[in-house]
Amino acid sequence: MNVKNYMSHATSASVNMNLADRWGSVLGGVLLANSSLRKRSGGKLRLLLGAELIRRGVTGHCYGYQALGVRTRGVDQGSSVSVPYELGVRGRAAVTIHKPRATIYQFWRDFENLPRVMEHLLSVDAKADPVSHWVAEGPGGMGVEWDAEIHNDIENELIAWRSLPGSQVDSAGSVHFKDAPGKRGTEVIVELQYNPPAGLIGASLAKLFGRDAQTEIESDLFRLKEFLESGEVARTEGQPKGSASARRKPVSRSLDTQQGSEALQEGAA
Amino acid sequence: MKALCWYGSGDVRVETVPDPKILNPHDAIVRITLTAICGSDLHIYNGFIPGMQKGDILGHEFMGEVVETGPEVKRVKKGDRVVVPFTICCGECFYCRSDLWSLCDNTNPNAIALRKLYGASGAGLFGYSHLYGGYAGGQAQFARVPFADVGPIVIENGMPDEQVLFLSDILPTGYMAAENCNIQPGDVVAVWGCWPVGQFAIRSAFLLGAERVIAIDHVPERIEMARRSGATVFDYADADLMDKIHEETGGRGPDSCIDAVGMEAHGASIDNIYDHAKQALFLETDRPGVLRRAIMACRKGGTVSIPGVYGGIIDKFPIGSAFAKGLTLKMGQTNTPRYLRPLLTRIQNGEIDPSFVISHRLPLDQAASAYQTFNQKQDHCTKVVLTPWN
Repeated sequence: MNVKNYMSHATSASVNMNLADRWGSVLGGVLLANSSLRKRSGGKLRLLLGAELIRRGVTGHCYGYQALGVRTRGVDQGSSVSVPYELGVRGRAAVTIHKPRATIYQFWRDFENLPRVMEHLLSVDAKADPVSHWVAEGPGGMGVEWDAEIHNDIENELIAWRSLPGSQVDSAGSVHFKDAPGKRGTEVIVELQYNPPAGLIGASLAKLFGRDAQTEIESDLFRLKEFLESGEVARTEGQPKGSASARRKPVSRSLDTQQGSEALQEGAA
Repeated sequence: MKALCWYGSGDVRVETVPDPKILNPHDAIVRITLTAICGSDLHIYNGFIPGMQKGDILGHEFMGEVVETGPEVKRVKKGDRVVVPFTICCGECFYCRSDLWSLCDNTNPNAIALRKLYGASGAGLFGYSHLYGGYAGGQAQFARVPFADVGPIVIENGMPDEQVLFLSDILPTGYMAAENCNIQPGDVVAVWGCWPVGQFAIRSAFLLGAERVIAIDHVPERIEMARRSGATVFDYADADLMDKIHEETGGRGPDSCIDAVGMEAHGASIDNIYDHAKQALFLETDRPGVLRRAIMACRKGGTVSIPGVYGGIIDKFPIGSAFAKGLTLKMGQTNTPRYLRPLLTRIQNGEIDPSFVISHRLPLDQAASAYQTFNQKQDHCTKVVLTPWN
C-alpha cells in the first residue's frame, strides 16, 4: 500500500486531521527537511520539525490538535457520538443509595434538581424537555453553557443524554439504576464524557486545581446520596475556626489566660 | 465565643472565634455547659492524627442547652438539655438503620479523601481532623450540631452534668468494648490501658457478667482506680507481665482482651522501642505494642476488642497467632447513639456513676495547660472536664 492509499483509507479513531491538512503537512515536512540539508544553521531542528510534519501528515494524528481539543477531520463515528472518542475526558462511578429506584430516577430525570447536588453545575433549564440548557463553572472559574438532549430514557432504569451541536462543551452521559441485593437500596452507575473548553490541556489544568472528572463525578454522587438519604448535603464551610496568624505568640499556653485573651483582643482590634 | 484551637503538635490555644451558625436544615446550636478532654484528643495534641488544619476547634465530648434549631429539626427543642454523641449520624442510611451508627455514610463532607486512605469513610466526628469531616468541636462555648434529631439525647431530669457528660463518648466506648467481647458466665477479661475508656470497659465487663477483670497499666492513680472497680491489676512495665496473665487465668489466657490504648502504646519493651524508631522515621504510623500482647495473651477462640484508636499502618502484626488461635477481632469507632438510652437508664438506676473518672475541673480558659497536664500524666490527672462560661 503506498502512502497515498494509506492516507485515504486510514480511518482509525486517532486520525484528527483532514486530507488537505495532512498532504500540506507532508509537503511542508519534505520542504523543511530538504532545506535542512542545504543550510547549516538550525539544520538539525529543521530536520526534526520536517520529520514530525511528515509523520503527522502520514498518520493523520496531530498531538497538538489532541492537546488543544481540536480537529480538522470531521466526526464520522455515527450521529449518536457528541464527544469523539479521542477527545473526551471520561469518568465512571457507582454509588448505592438507600432509596427505591423510582425515587432516584425521578429526582435525576428532572435535570433542574441536579445543581442541588452537583458542585460545579450552576443551573439547568429543562423546560423544553427533552432538550435542556446547562450552565456550569468551568476550569479557572469561567462559565460554560451547553444544550443537551435526552436520547434514551427508560423509566426507573436508564437516562442518557448528549450535548447538541454548537455547544461550548461537547458532553455525553448516562445514568443506570439497578436494584441492590437484599434491602440495600439502588445501585446508581454514572458515565460521563466531555470535551473540556480547552481540550486536554484544559483537563490537565483542571486536574492541577483539584478538579478532575473522575473525582468530581464521585463526589457529586456522594452528595446525591447524602441529599436523597438524609435530606441535606453535609458541609462545614462557614463554621468557626481560630484565626491566629502563625507569627502571633500562643496566647493561652500558660495558666495566665486572662492576660492571654486580653492580648488576643488587642491583637484583633 | 471562646474556643480551644489547635495549631500544631503540642500547641493548642484558647481564642475568641465567631459564634457557630445554622448551616444545614437539621442543625442545632448548643450552648455548652460542660465539655471534656478525651484521651484520643491527645493523639491530635501529639500530632499523630493527619488532616488537621491550624485553627481547628477540638473537643468531642460535650453537652449543653439547645439555643437554636434549623427548620427541619422536629424532636429537639430550644431549651432542651442534651448530651451530644461524638459521632455525627444521619439516621437514614443503611448503616444507621443497621445500628452501625459510627459507619454512617452521609456525614463526612470529606468522605472521598478518607476513602482514598481507608477504602471507605465512616461518620463525621466532632473536632477530629478534616479526614473525619473537619467539624468544629465542643471545647468551646457553643457548637453547631448537625442532625440534631438523630444523635443528641435529651436529659429530662435534674441529673448533674458530670453524671451524664460521658455518654458523649467514653462511657459508650468502654461499654461497646466490653459488649464486643460477648462475655459469657465465668469469663475473664483483660483490659490494657486504664484511662477512662479502660475504666469504663472494666466496669462494663463486670456489668455484663465477667467473672474477673485483669487491668494493665503503669500509672499509680489509674491502677488504684481500676482496683477500686474490682479489677486484678498488673503493671505493664513488669517484665513477667505475660507470664502473670497466663498464671492468673490458669494457663488458659483471658477469654477476651481489650486494647483500650491504641496507637500510642508506651513501655520500654524491645518491640515498643522498635515502633518508636519506625514511627519517628514515618515507616510506621501507629505503635501497636498493646495489640500484639493482647493477641498473644488471648485464649484460643477468644475475642480481642479494640476501642483504642488506630490511624494508619502497623508492623509485626502477629497474624499467625491470631489465626492459629482462631481469634475474633472486633474494633471501630463507637456506635454511640445505640448505647445512650440503655446507659442513661443504668446511670439513673445507680448501676454506674461515670463521674468517678474526673480528676480535674477547670474553666475552658485553662484548657491549653490542661492538655499539657493530661498528656504528661502530671498532677494525678485522669480526666479533665472544662466549664466554658466561667
